Amino acid sequence: MTIHLTTVLFVPLLTGLVGAFLPRDGTRWAALIGTLIVLAYVVAMLVDFDPSGGLQYVTDDEWIPELGIHYSLGVDGINLFMIALTAIAWVPCTLVAAFTELERPKLFFFHMALAETAVLGAFMAQDLALFIVFFDLMLVPFYFLIGGWGTGDRVRATTKFVIYTLSGSLLMMAAAIALGVLATPDGGSISFSLADLRAHPVALGSQEWIVLLFALAFFVKAPLFPLHGWVPETYRSTSIPVLALLSGVLSKVGVYGFLRIVLPIMPGGAQHWQELFIILAVFSILYGSVLAFSQDNIRLVLAYSSIAQLGFIVLGIFAFAGNGAQGALLQMLNHGLVVVPLFLIVGVIALRARGSESLAELGGMAFRAPVLAALFLIISLATLAMPGSGNFIGEILILFGTFENKLVYGLVAAIGVVLAAVYMIRLYQGTMHGRVGPAVESREIDAVNLAAIVPLVAIVIALGLYPQFVVHRTEQGTRRAIAPAVIVEKGAEVSVIR
Amino acid sequence: MSTLLAAAQIKAPVIDYKELSPLFALAGGSVIVLMVGLFRSSFVRRVVVPALTAVALLTAIGLTIWLWEPGGQDPILEGALKVDALSLGVSMLFYVAGLVTIALSLRSTATLEAGHGEYYSLLLGSITGMVVLAEAHSLMTLFIGFELLSIPLYVLCATHLHRRTSLEAGLKYLVVGSVGSATLLYGLALIYGATGALRFDGIAAAIASDKVNAADPLLLTGIGLAAAGLAFKASVAPFHQWTPDVYQGAPTPITTFMAVATKAAAFAIFLRLFDQALGLSQLDWGPALAFLAATTIVIGNVGAIAQRSLKRMLAWSSVAQAGYLLAGVVVGTQLGVRATAFYLAVYLLMNVAAFAVVVARERVSEYGDDLRSFENLGTMAPLLALPMTIAMLSLAGFPATAGFIGKFYLIDASVSGDYTWLGIAIVIGSVLSLAYYLRVIAVMWMGRYEVEMPSVPPRRVSPVAGWSPEADPLAQPEVVAVAVICAAATIFFGLVPNPLFDVARDVGSALSGLQ
Repeated sequence: MTIHLTTVLFVPLLTGLVGAFLPRDGTRWAALIGTLIVLAYVVAMLVDFDPSGGLQYVTDDEWIPELGIHYSLGVDGINLFMIALTAIAWVPCTLVAAFTELERPKLFFFHMALAETAVLGAFMAQDLALFIVFFDLMLVPFYFLIGGWGTGDRVRATTKFVIYTLSGSLLMMAAAIALGVLATPDGGSISFSLADLRAHPVALGSQEWIVLLFALAFFVKAPLFPLHGWVPETYRSTSIPVLALLSGVLSKVGVYGFLRIVLPIMPGGAQHWQELFIILAVFSILYGSVLAFSQDNIRLVLAYSSIAQLGFIVLGIFAFAGNGAQGALLQMLNHGLVVVPLFLIVGVIALRARGSESLAELGGMAFRAPVLAALFLIISLATLAMPGSGNFIGEILILFGTFENKLVYGLVAAIGVVLAAVYMIRLYQGTMHGRVGPAVESREIDAVNLAAIVPLVAIVIALGLYPQFVVHRTEQGTRRAIAPAVIVEKGAEVSVIR
Repeated sequence: MSTLLAAAQIKAPVIDYKELSPLFALAGGSVIVLMVGLFRSSFVRRVVVPALTAVALLTAIGLTIWLWEPGGQDPILEGALKVDALSLGVSMLFYVAGLVTIALSLRSTATLEAGHGEYYSLLLGSITGMVVLAEAHSLMTLFIGFELLSIPLYVLCATHLHRRTSLEAGLKYLVVGSVGSATLLYGLALIYGATGALRFDGIAAAIASDKVNAADPLLLTGIGLAAAGLAFKASVAPFHQWTPDVYQGAPTPITTFMAVATKAAAFAIFLRLFDQALGLSQLDWGPALAFLAATTIVIGNVGAIAQRSLKRMLAWSSVAQAGYLLAGVVVGTQLGVRATAFYLAVYLLMNVAAFAVVVARERVSEYGDDLRSFENLGTMAPLLALPMTIAMLSLAGFPATAGFIGKFYLIDASVSGDYTWLGIAIVIGSVLSLAYYLRVIAVMWMGRYEVEMPSVPPRRVSPVAGWSPEADPLAQPEVVAVAVICAAATIFFGLVPNPLFDVARDVGSALSGLQ
């Protein structure tokens, strides 16, 4: 079966453009159909994917020969499920948005569509410059989505978000150009193709500062302590469907960059900073967990819990062990799959509490909304990594990987698992059980949100039961991604990696 | 007797009419437009004069395309001028800027107050000067072009006779510009004194030979003063102070012209003088100019953050952009020349789109070019808000716009030329610039929804508009068209930049001595 990634990539944008010229009602249907087409394509890809096949469905054309930028797309074990996550997450979020009263819906759905194309592009890109193009392009629709349809002090929030993120990614751009120039062999022409960059490793000294700039961009996006300054305001001001995507999918693009770019191309540099990054990751786990426990706003509970989860993922990647990276990849998928329904549930809760998102004013919703409570419970348990959930397997693998190489950090990080249980149960109890909160007028979940959340819950349960589906397809990819770094770690010559 | 006569005969230079033809079209057009402008008929003044100006520019464009040839060319007129891809390519930018200025001026009161014939004739005169400057291959023609460019502009800045700020702008530009010219002239004289050559190839040969020490204080002082003089025109810090005042005071079509065409002219001669004539002493002036570039980037971007007036903001932003462009000159490589040429073209597109929207808004809005007049433009006039948004995103360097590719190219050139820190400076400047570019977008799209919307149906503004915020933007179709076309081109070249790269490569090939 032939799958043209270009088609998958541009279907959302195309439907977004078409939708802009349709009457008001047509726009949302066009957007929804666009996301469904992508999902159908991606499901076909999941079935068709050859787990032992390396890079597949490759498209490779010259885009800007003068700058050595290729329009090069491909799918392998690392990005297969990131693409799937994007395709899955966009459907419920678009669905919920489609049935919300929105100002200027055409513009909204156009930006949603553009965002999906940009995220898919960042995941598919096999050229460093193309990756950066999509990485930065993501910001444009999200800038408008937060600033145009958010609440509260949204302009400030969105400006802060963009400045934070773009500061990181512009520095990354400079570093990437330097990488391209340094990797150009004498007399050869510059190329940003990842394969070419892998083939011409640059000197260790250069790798070190280049990796640092890349990490800056990725950590801001993730977000990881101490680069999370944009998080509280942005999370507070963003509308729910957009926030679900921001937290569920966008945060993964950064950490994905480590697996795709940093570890394979600059293993020496990555190894140089391994200790620092692990410390940051562990600190993020503890810091995020503690803050998540002390927040009153339910969005911020989830915001800080995301910081902790992303800390786990970075820990797994920089453990430089097969299990760790495997677990990190699994956790990237799992976290996305639980955070999207969690935020949708936050939206449902707020609707039943006159817009209040304060734990002090919430509580006792389960009595009149048993289905909502049940769904929330399943997702909460998955988030705190209950055995039987995909998250459990992800975190276990990460911890195993860390124990293997960095035992002490692994032990400290394990505290995070306990803390996750604390803040998630507090969140669940505070909203669903206990005394009925002063703002609460509980009623059962509506059909639209039900249709959006139930499939996600089903996927979460299915992955908990059969994680082999993911592990089997990603094993090869992750192993290949961290292999260079592992070799460096073990003290072998860098040149052997090739 | 006859032998005496023969000996006394001055050897006249060969006139290359073919290469000079665009200059003839412009200078001739300037004279004709001035004469036709004397007719009293309003139709002639309002329609025929601008049309003739456009014809002169289009003729020049046609002749330029005809003359186009990549690679190094021999200088003409005994080495006074050099018509090659660099000068022709940059000239195209002047012509396009001129055409845009005509479109933006059609409904401007400036033409009425200054007289149509004079206004357009001065415009053509200034373009003639720019072309001479871009083609200059000798210190003498350099200065002639420089003055021919500047003097009409001083007058054009002051064409809003009833507005004090316009007159002030003209005067300020005249005073500061004259200081710049004097500095430049002194610098050129010292360079001549040190090398004994007027022609650029002569200067390069002199520096290459043993006769002139590349670190000769006379030469270095000359280079420094010449750089300062050109920096005045290109608004490179610390010679930029006139920029915000003059940009704000001048009639907006003229501001547009100054912002894009003058800058292109200044950088064309920067490239030719520094990368060609003085290329061998790059090690001496490179670090100094790099420092200037970095300073300019920071000062321009910081200055823009505090501005409410869009024209002032764009003025400061143009200072910052001058810093980016200078990075391409500093490295003194083929790649640098190409990147500068590429960015000049991109810079024209995005700035013209932004300025056209400012022109459209300031004619109808109570708040002039203040940020407030852009409030909620996204819902009121998407045809104006979209070009403005694209221009701002492109200036800030977001991908899928030409501005991104331009910056990428410049950083690439800096890093390849061993000026990595300058590339980082460009990046830091871009980050700073987000603060003010994004503000414009936020005002247009994310303003308060409860803002009062006009309840009266749109009415058409008269050609000389007063205040009418509910005016239909399509009442000024030519301005909207300029904005939309430039914005569309910005996106197009952001996705398909290769045609522009081909031109940039030709331009780079003109300076064949570079690596």
